[in-house]
Amino acid sequence: MNNHDHRSAQVKTPSIYPTKTKAQITIIFFIVIGFYLYSMVKTQQEMVGGFNNAISNMWNVMLKFFPPNLEVIGAVWPPMATTIQMAIIATTIATILTIPLALLSAQNITTSKPLYYTTRTILNILRTIPDLVLAVIFVGLFGIGVLPGILALIVFSLGILAKLISETIEAVDMNPLEAMRASGANSIQMIAYGLVPQVLPQFTSFVLYVLELNIRASVVLGLVGAGGIGLILDQQLGFYNYPNAMTIILVIFVVVLTIEYISNKIREALI
Amino acid sequence: MNTQTLPPKPKVSIWKKIKRALIVLIIIAIYVWTFVGIEIEWDRALERISRNFGVVIPKLLSPDWSQLGKVSASMLETIFIAFAGTFMAAILALPLGFLAAQNMSGSKFIAGIGKWILSAIRAFPNLILAILFVVAVGVNAFAGVLAIAIGSIGMLGKLYSEVVESIDMKIVEAMEATGANKIQILFYGYLPQIIPEFLSYAIYRFEIDIRASSILGLVGAGGIGTMILFAANNREWNEMGLILLAIIIVVTVIDFFSARIRRKIV
Amino acid sequence: MIEFKNVGLVYPNGTEGLKNINVKINDGEFVVIVGLSGAGKSTFIRSINRLVTPTSGTLLVDNEDILQYRGKKLRELRTKIGMIFQNYNLVKRSNVLKNVLAGRLGHTGTLRSIFGMYKKEDIALAYESLKRVNIADKIYNRADELSGGQQQRVSIARVLTQKPSYILADEPVASLDPPTSHQVMTYLKKINKEDNITTIVNLHFIDMAMEYADRIIGMRAGEIVFDGPASEVNEKTFEQIYGRTIREDDLRGEAEKVEQP
Ligand SMILES: Nc1ncnc2c1ncn2[C@@H]1O[C@H](COP(=O)(O)OP(=O)(O)OP(=O)(O)O)[C@@H](O)[C@H]1O
Ligand SMILES: [Mg+2]
Repeated sequence: MNNHDHRSAQVKTPSIYPTKTKAQITIIFFIVIGFYLYSMVKTQQEMVGGFNNAISNMWNVMLKFFPPNLEVIGAVWPPMATTIQMAIIATTIATILTIPLALLSAQNITTSKPLYYTTRTILNILRTIPDLVLAVIFVGLFGIGVLPGILALIVFSLGILAKLISETIEAVDMNPLEAMRASGANSIQMIAYGLVPQVLPQFTSFVLYVLELNIRASVVLGLVGAGGIGLILDQQLGFYNYPNAMTIILVIFVVVLTIEYISNKIREALI
Repeated sequence: MNTQTLPPKPKVSIWKKIKRALIVLIIIAIYVWTFVGIEIEWDRALERISRNFGVVIPKLLSPDWSQLGKVSASMLETIFIAFAGTFMAAILALPLGFLAAQNMSGSKFIAGIGKWILSAIRAFPNLILAILFVVAVGVNAFAGVLAIAIGSIGMLGKLYSEVVESIDMKIVEAMEATGANKIQILFYGYLPQIIPEFLSYAIYRFEIDIRASSILGLVGAGGIGTMILFAANNREWNEMGLILLAIIIVVTVIDFFSARIRRKIV
Repeated sequence: MIEFKNVGLVYPNGTEGLKNINVKINDGEFVVIVGLSGAGKSTFIRSINRLVTPTSGTLLVDNEDILQYRGKKLRELRTKIGMIFQNYNLVKRSNVLKNVLAGRLGHTGTLRSIFGMYKKEDIALAYESLKRVNIADKIYNRADELSGGQQQRVSIARVLTQKPSYILADEPVASLDPPTSHQVMTYLKKINKEDNITTIVNLHFIDMAMEYADRIIGMRAGEIVFDGPASEVNEKTFEQIYGRTIREDDLRGEAEKVEQP
């Protein structure tokens, strides 16, 4: 959009960009717009009543959610607690599993090319699968409950965490590790003494970040039967009990914001 | 060599010690609360997995190619949803981004409000938004577009505002000094500095939204998620295998090109 | 004693780092290696503790061929050879004491070192080493809070803590200003004399080499082109090593002597 305005404003002056670039940008711009319009048409095909209807409809529905029924807060808390607990367990286990994986997928530590590429590829594939899809599969395997939820979160966060941390490891100053090798230290000692102090602050910060992600993700896991607060949200919506659902949504909202605030504070203190 | 004792360690203030002890205690308490509180039904889960493992995994690994047409169409719809949603968000986040940038809104208070709105939006998980929009506009893909759009505004608005706050004001001042008017300053002073980064963030968000939109169908908001729901309910694991493969391929390809385009832009 | 017998080294990309090197370095000597950039000085020095591995010949350290060493045997070899680097190679975020204790890693069990449980003697030794290079007052400072010269002194302390029989120093003063360079060289020389540790130093500057070395080895294109006492070095040997006459930037320059420790 802005791109376009930018260009037309320049027409008045002798152009500072080559004509070819301008033509390219124009073409790309129209393709993007075209694709957008097409997407809009496609996605609205099945919509009954058209757009205007939707807006008034939306407003009416929104009204149904208010006021939230705050009396159910007591009942909302236990599944919310479960949700947080799932996220904490998953983050903890993922953090432990990440350590070897991150080392294996860091080029400066893992000198074996096949090993490095295998780990990288597995992690890359893991990262393409959305958390909820993992949850669906684990529910298929383990049945409904918190265990499939935790497993889905572990696998999901493993891909992200290992990538972030392996990138940190690759950016590390290798000189002290060489000095330790030269003085007869073994690989584990080199990692513990030369690597760990260099990556620890970043590591902690990333773990907190993944905890945030996991809390957000675990909130909706219940929708597919993988435990936590999503389950009762799904139920309440199913019963058209919108004020109750709104309370649940508010609780989620507050918890997510609180966790984000706390982990931001810790991160600031770390760096 | 005479063994000498080390000099005393630099003193750590008592407050710091208390603070550290407190943090350790809190962490321990959180873990106790977590592991005491969580109830995992191991027996049932283990019984299930021993029964299902041999069935589900092999099926997942041998995709049902007869569904290719349906899966492709569904995946395409997912891409449409993500694209339309990201595009809308990329535009709608502009005013919010400028509002939340302190050097633009000119007041700490207004910028604070802008930032607060953006982080409030970000606190809603995408799927919750999708649920709300499904209730509002019905079970269809457009609900997904809206959910993606709103969900992305939070992050894009925040990133935009950070870009705007990092604008080199010297260039702007220099232009003011030459007597350029506000519109001219906008086009020649601000936009060249921020457009590449805005675009890059929007494309990056598209990567995230492709993943997000592939699960929207689980709550009725269109895309491949609808098929995931059916496949899971009917335990059609061969079909699920194909869906999984489709997601992996599409996401990988889009990530790849997105990364290349972003590298070119910035 | 270190003895190179027909040692050659070809890097995987085909570069010849060392060509048929034959040289014997006696115990307690202070040897300085000089030569142009790319002459093979680092390759020579790094062969001795097997950071690089020669591809032909025999390399004896204390009368054992080290070219066959692997695993534990290799680590044992390295524990008796200390190394000092141009960029100090300290863990910047760790404090000085921890950095100096890293010199004991080769003598410490893996588990013990992971949990930082050093023996009392090791800690005392680390402190003693820091005092020898006059930097004991910085013991709890983080390494990145120190100046370059101070960091290099910490890295010397690390090597001392290792209690080596040999010290290798690869351009230890290349990143330092002239007075600090002389200070660091003075410490190295002093340690060499007091502890009778064989010391091999790579230097770019011919005047510094002549000032501190017992013996100078000149290298050019992977070969040794001069080997003799510092007193024998003259204009002609210089041309032999560098292939040209002496220039201003081959000299580090004299600095008022810094405090003698
Ligand atoms: N890892 C390596 N792989 C391939 N070639 C290398 C490698 N290390 C060094 N070389 C080459 O071997 C030759 C000798 O290098 P070396 O580092 O020993 O020289 P140097 O005398 O230490 O030089 P400088 O004074 O610049 O440190 C050079 O031609 C260099 O390019
Ligand atoms: Mg060198």
